[in-house]
Amino acid sequence: MPTKAGSLELLSQWGGNLLVGALSTIQISLWAYAFGLCLGLLGAVGKLNGGRVARGILDGYTTIVRSVPELVLIVILYYAGTDTLNRVLAHFGFDAVRISGFMAAVFVLAFVQGAYSTEVLRGAIQAIPIGQIEAARAFGMAPVLRFRRIILPAMLPYAIPGLANLWLNVTKDSALVAVVGYSELALATRQAAGGTKAYFLFYVVAAGIYLTISIVSLFFFGRLERRFRRGQHKAR
Amino acid sequence: MAKANGNGQPAVIVEDLHKSFGELEVLRGVSLTAHEGDVVSIIGASGSGKSTLLRCINFLESPTRGRITVTGEEVAVKTGHDGNLHPSDRRQLERIRTRLGMVFQSFNLWPHMTVLGNVIEVPVHVLKVPKAEAIERAEKLLQKVGLHEKKDQYPAFLSGGQQQRAAIARALAMEPKVMLFDEPTSALDPELVGEVLKVIRDLADEGRTMILVTHEMAFAREVSSHVMFLYKGLVEEEGPPAQVFGSPKSERFRQFVKNIK
Ligand SMILES: Nc1ncnc2c1ncn2[C@@H]1O[C@H](COP(=O)(O)OP(=O)(O)O)[C@@H](O)[C@H]1O
Ligand SMILES: [Mg+2]
Repeated sequence: MPTKAGSLELLSQWGGNLLVGALSTIQISLWAYAFGLCLGLLGAVGKLNGGRVARGILDGYTTIVRSVPELVLIVILYYAGTDTLNRVLAHFGFDAVRISGFMAAVFVLAFVQGAYSTEVLRGAIQAIPIGQIEAARAFGMAPVLRFRRIILPAMLPYAIPGLANLWLNVTKDSALVAVVGYSELALATRQAAGGTKAYFLFYVVAAGIYLTISIVSLFFFGRLERRFRRGQHKAR
Repeated sequence: MAKANGNGQPAVIVEDLHKSFGELEVLRGVSLTAHEGDVVSIIGASGSGKSTLLRCINFLESPTRGRITVTGEEVAVKTGHDGNLHPSDRRQLERIRTRLGMVFQSFNLWPHMTVLGNVIEVPVHVLKVPKAEAIERAEKLLQKVGLHEKKDQYPAFLSGGQQQRAAIARALAMEPKVMLFDEPTSALDPELVGEVLKVIRDLADEGRTMILVTHEMAFAREVSSHVMFLYKGLVEEEGPPAQVFGSPKSERFRQFVKNIK
């Protein structure tokens, strides 16, 4: 166990790496979350309004993603994903590419997020009292307008708690992409700890950073939820 | 005072309307014409098909058979896989729907918008009225239904009567040719019914064309130009209110009126 002075010295040496790792955690999380939300929105609308084939595919997607451990999925998606891409490229006569670790991380995390987002958003849309959507139909609102002006804002109060959870999950899941070699907070921590043998120190610091990210995010989501709930009674 | 039967152009024509939900035949051939200035009241026991009839007029339900014509324009339909008639021209239907201002039993205001937001929503986003103009008109309408001081409130913080008056203002804001009311006072506490009926009565006095599903017999008798009694999906009795209430031909109608009092 290093002394207190030793700890400070270690931190000043490796702290920068951890912070860079933390930034890249936030970065992949944000991208994965955003793409995941887009996938989720498509998935939810597809599940609710799609034909039988679309619903079947989406059911398969959400079931598989939610049943298989994320670590396993990430490894499969990473290797299957890059392999498929390169085969397709080869088929059209292009050279194989090395997918950047960042892109791969965002892709696999977004794919996983998309499945969970699909379920959160589907549930939230279904929680909207049907009469509100009927009123929009009865007043001549076209489907896209209806979605943008009525369904989207009306579902948010029901969706935000679930979406907040998903955000916290993605910041933690991003630690799993270390297995495909992408450096973020968890990997930076492992390297710092391995290089110095100060395991406890660096892992506690890393935990503190994850906790800070969560607390700041929760504060933000809390405000967001209040904003979208302002049309609702407090006690419910 | 009961209104004289309107002699204007037909605003809504329903011809031979049938509607089944699976095996259940809810409407079995109903026809109805509302001329400009008419107030047509539809009455009948719960489950007789009143809401379904109203909802088929703007295609919230897809009829099984029949024709709907609004201000001279027939809703174009095609037969769907389910055997019902579905609109074949979405834009036409959307256009026609803006001529039909619907008021629901359960208000169905949009909870994420203020009262004013609810009232200007369709004018601004569907009818493309400039926002300032829409707000100006909305404020006048809210004044008219006695809700101007509540315009910045969210619907959940209003009483049922206030919500329904806001919903009426929202429908009026489209400047519809015809107002459709589906039991507008049935979800209200008794002491709130009067304020909503007053607003509807004012609209009748202005000569608004209205189709009104209601259980308020006295009110129907008073404001209608035409009363229609539905029984199990068929028109059992209809005519001017004085005739229908004064000397009903149908024994079922007599029973119905007696039971409601
Ligand atoms: N969407 C629906 N699916 C199945 N049955 C329905 C549906 N809507 C109405 N019904 C049935 O149709 C009948 C008539 O309903 P409705 O038109 O609402 O009657 P009313 O408004 O006169 O009380 C009722 O038996 C009701 O249960
Ligand atoms: Mg009804």
